[in-house]
Amino acid sequence: MPSPAHGAGRVKASKLTKVEKLLFYIFGVILIFAALRVITARNPVHCALYLVLAFFTSAAVWLLLEAEFLAIVLVLVYVGAVMVLFLFVVMMLDINLAPLREGFARYLPVGVLVAFLIAIQLFAVVGARHFGLGRVPAPTRHGPDYSNTEEIGSVLYTVYVYPFEIAAVILLVAIIAAISLTMRRRVGTRFQRPSEQVATRREDRIRIVKMPSEKKR
Amino acid sequence: MIALSDFLLLGAVLFCISMAGIFINRKNVIILLMAIELMLLSVNLNFIAFSYFLNDLQGQVFVFFILTVAAAESAIGLAILVVLFRNRQTINVADLDSLKG
Repeated sequence: MPSPAHGAGRVKASKLTKVEKLLFYIFGVILIFAALRVITARNPVHCALYLVLAFFTSAAVWLLLEAEFLAIVLVLVYVGAVMVLFLFVVMMLDINLAPLREGFARYLPVGVLVAFLIAIQLFAVVGARHFGLGRVPAPTRHGPDYSNTEEIGSVLYTVYVYPFEIAAVILLVAIIAAISLTMRRRVGTRFQRPSEQVATRREDRIRIVKMPSEKKR
Repeated sequence: MIALSDFLLLGAVLFCISMAGIFINRKNVIILLMAIELMLLSVNLNFIAFSYFLNDLQGQVFVFFILTVAAAESAIGLAILVVLFRNRQTINVADLDSLKG
């Protein structure tokens, strides 16, 4: 016979499960709504802002999956850096939106059809029949002293240290590529050449003219 | 408990939406890039869901690398976009025919 404390714990656990489920469905609905608005919004700035909402919501879903570090990274790196870059570019370019919208209604049926077919295929594969709770039982939650960041760090700097360094090199290459692509020399601007300035000699700059001094008459 | 299939279905729906986005917004490069970001997000959701349910940290490490590469990709893509707009004054995919492909 279970003790009263045990029974109370079970009630609490089932309530927690219900809250978890509710959170998952709320976040899922917001995520799907944001994704739909990303692809249908008229203004690219609105698209970028809805994409921010989608990233933020999926960071919350990742928190439900105990991936705290990646959720924070998603908010910091994606919302904080990449989406700001997107917004910056969208606002910097003076885009005429009218020609970009033509064909929207024409390609809508085929797009919806293809997406629907892929959805049916994916649902057949990843549905509850193959990946339901009966097939893949939910793992027990980690305790409050579990640190996801520490666990990731402990494998990232040991087992995956070479891929980690390659990722750093990829970021460096991306920086150099982005800068070298967008850098341009305007014609007619004046700029210094430091190497020539440093390499210059006294003889290049001054000319000593010898001439007899004039005499007073 | 939330089943693994719920997360996978959410990822599948997200992937299909971004797929449809590529079809219906095929003139606007910026929205194409955003749809690709959404696709990567849905794939990352799958990785993290499997990582949690199989109790294996490799999935999260993989998501870490995907995020790195996706950030690099979008930075370079936007740089190309800026150069393109500077040279052609348009980002319409239909106008980008100088390679005669």
